[in-house]
Amino acid sequence: MNPTRKRRLTIVVSVLAAAAVAIGLTVFALQQNMNYLFTPSQVQSGEASAYKTFRLGGMVKAGSIQRASDSLKVTFTVIDAGGAMPVEYTGILPDLFRDNQSVIATGHMDNARFIATEVLAKHDETYMPKELKDAMAKAHEGKKVDGAAAQDNKPGAPQP
Amino acid sequence: MTPELGQLALILALLLALAQGVLPIVGAWRGNGALMAVARPAAAGQAVFVALAFGLLVWAFVHFDFSVQYVADNSNLALPWYYRIAAVWGAHEGSLLLWIFILNLWTVALAAFSRQLPEVFAARVLGVLGLVAVGFLAFIIFTSNPFGRLLPMPADGGDLNPVLQDPGMTFHPPVLYMGYVGFSVAFAFSIAGLLGGELEQAWVRWARPWTNVAWAFLSGGIVAGSWWAYAELGWGGWWFWDPVENASFMPWLVGAALIHAQAVTEKRGSLRAWTILLSIFAFSLSLLGTFLVRSGVLTSVHAFASDPRRGLFILCFLAVVVGGSLLLYALRAPKVAGGKPFRVVSRETAILVSNLMFTVAAAMVLLGTLFPLVGDALHLGKVSVGPPYFGFLFPLLMLPVVLLLPFGPFLRWGKSDAAPLKSVLLRVAIAATACAIVAAFLVDGQLKAIAGVAAAVWCAVGTLLYVYKRWREVPRGRRYPAEMAGMLLAHFGVGVFLVGVLLSESLSVTRDVRMAPGETQTIGSYQFRFDGVHASRGPNWHAEQGVVTVTRDGKPVAVMHPQKRTYLRGQVQTESAIDPGITRDLYVALGEPMDPAKLEGAWALRLYHKPFVRWIWAGGLFMMLGGFASAADRRFRVRRAAAAAQIEPVAGESRA
Repeated sequence: MNPTRKRRLTIVVSVLAAAAVAIGLTVFALQQNMNYLFTPSQVQSGEASAYKTFRLGGMVKAGSIQRASDSLKVTFTVIDAGGAMPVEYTGILPDLFRDNQSVIATGHMDNARFIATEVLAKHDETYMPKELKDAMAKAHEGKKVDGAAAQDNKPGAPQP
Repeated sequence: MTPELGQLALILALLLALAQGVLPIVGAWRGNGALMAVARPAAAGQAVFVALAFGLLVWAFVHFDFSVQYVADNSNLALPWYYRIAAVWGAHEGSLLLWIFILNLWTVALAAFSRQLPEVFAARVLGVLGLVAVGFLAFIIFTSNPFGRLLPMPADGGDLNPVLQDPGMTFHPPVLYMGYVGFSVAFAFSIAGLLGGELEQAWVRWARPWTNVAWAFLSGGIVAGSWWAYAELGWGGWWFWDPVENASFMPWLVGAALIHAQAVTEKRGSLRAWTILLSIFAFSLSLLGTFLVRSGVLTSVHAFASDPRRGLFILCFLAVVVGGSLLLYALRAPKVAGGKPFRVVSRETAILVSNLMFTVAAAMVLLGTLFPLVGDALHLGKVSVGPPYFGFLFPLLMLPVVLLLPFGPFLRWGKSDAAPLKSVLLRVAIAATACAIVAAFLVDGQLKAIAGVAAAVWCAVGTLLYVYKRWREVPRGRRYPAEMAGMLLAHFGVGVFLVGVLLSESLSVTRDVRMAPGETQTIGSYQFRFDGVHASRGPNWHAEQGVVTVTRDGKPVAVMHPQKRTYLRGQVQTESAIDPGITRDLYVALGEPMDPAKLEGAWALRLYHKPFVRWIWAGGLFMMLGGFASAADRRFRVRRAAAAAQIEPVAGESRA
């Protein structure tokens, strides 16, 4: 083999090896960090049981927010049209967190309760994240997704 | 009446953009000088009309013209004038108008300073920019008209999103867009080169400062955005791997690769096809970035409610730009290839490796960012990719870049000796190890912090060694030409950035606490005492303002005033209080009252001690300065004395 070919071969082999490593690592990292979004009724029907950590999306049930008297622990209920899921969280809630607000919480199940490590509320109260709207629509095909979800379609809603 | 004038101006601009996009390219193809000569006047005319439209929108905001839907949605009578101007780019329609306005500024600058280029080539470059403008103007006119009327006119408007009511926000989008749009010059250059089937080194030299300036602006924009997120959005975080942050980061990564590849192409003639490909990627990612932010296809802190027509238009536009230019590339790239060969130990190799890592990193970020869309399309369910994915892969990919960084300047083009590299290796390794050992005692054996110190010293000492070498070997006055000074500044900035990231990530202490007035919390050596909240008021908000007194060993350090603001339309916004410092930031954010009925009682607070966090942005600013400095090099200016100097004023203008 002449030197040019040998060099080219070395380059091709090392590029392939690097690509293999890169793809392997990427797939590994993706698998570790993929978070699925489920609504309470999907969780209750067992769709989320295969995942340790997932995201729970829905509306905060009016009047369900309960604070502990001596710590930052807070419990509330996330609902969609067909289900409800109690959530426990310790920390500071986002500015827009309130009754009937659409939220996405990341965390895991502990018995029948969802332990959240992060709670997000979208910064524009008229806007429901598209994926959450889709997930809720999917969970209740044929059923009416309640009020706040429909607000997204309201013409002329202020945009951020 | 004036909004209709704005609409008319946009339509005229679209017609001129069509003329600028089509006629010169046809002229260059047919060898028709008259058609090619259309490019410059058409570009100038288009700029005038777009500026007019932009000015009219600003005027509508300043004069509270709530009969314009966009103005009514994003401002109100109580909004201070500076935020009313910032509100112009506070939402989808206006930010696209800003985009096209900045594109026009770049085009006009390019038209003015491209006289030395062959007429055919300049006509193609301006033509390509014209076509880009056609796409954007059509998008604005057909799907996102900022001048739409709202009748009957309301007495008062809505509000600019409170998170956008921050000084950082006034700078962030225009500066970022200067960067995004700036890559259109490199893109137009590559397409023009492909169309003509040749790419002379002299033309690449001419294009380089434009790319450097664009990249510098992008760095500045990202720094401003990160700072804004830190102070406004993130409860003290500075980077979230949010889709929108990624959208600006991908062109930055590819841009960093591009400015290095362009240097190789200009000086050695090699990597031409690669340079062209990178400039296509950089611009495509800028487009993708613009649309990702504004379209709302991905859930993000910036997401805007979406309109299916927009999404379709965006998809088609992206397909035409990316698909068309890649097709052209496939057909024509072999024609423009060439250049001098290089050995394994050479500056070209080092640059190629870093280029590869930057590109792969950009691809990795792209995959993670678009994965939710892919997952949706493949019916995998609603998936999102968590920050640890990026946090794990990105440092891994950047490790070779950081390791190679000190050697780059020492390597020669074409072929390099190993001996001087060994001495550099020895010195930086000793310096890094020594500092890491000292650091190990100071930071309690925190591995990440030790690695941060070592990596930063590695980069900084490597850069300084080269500064010293030039100082010793080169006579005064020629030691640090601007191009090199820029490179050294940016490389030094990498070191500063590494200190900031790794030390603040590993040593920060956060505490979410419940505090009643009079209570004290100790974080590190600081005591935070909560002194209760009182009412406060601004032009368009009222707030609960907390008072937190910070002491250290009994001595007062700062009195901090975090706020919980409520804006006119009821939106709540947390304003953190930050006590800045070179070696640490103290950060206090006010959560919520534990009992909403009892504001004078206990509150939730977030307290932060963040060592060296400011170094993150300082590093970014060094990189930005580096970009600007190297663009100012006299070498780029020799044949166009006035040109390079003019780039800066153009920048200033658009920010104003």
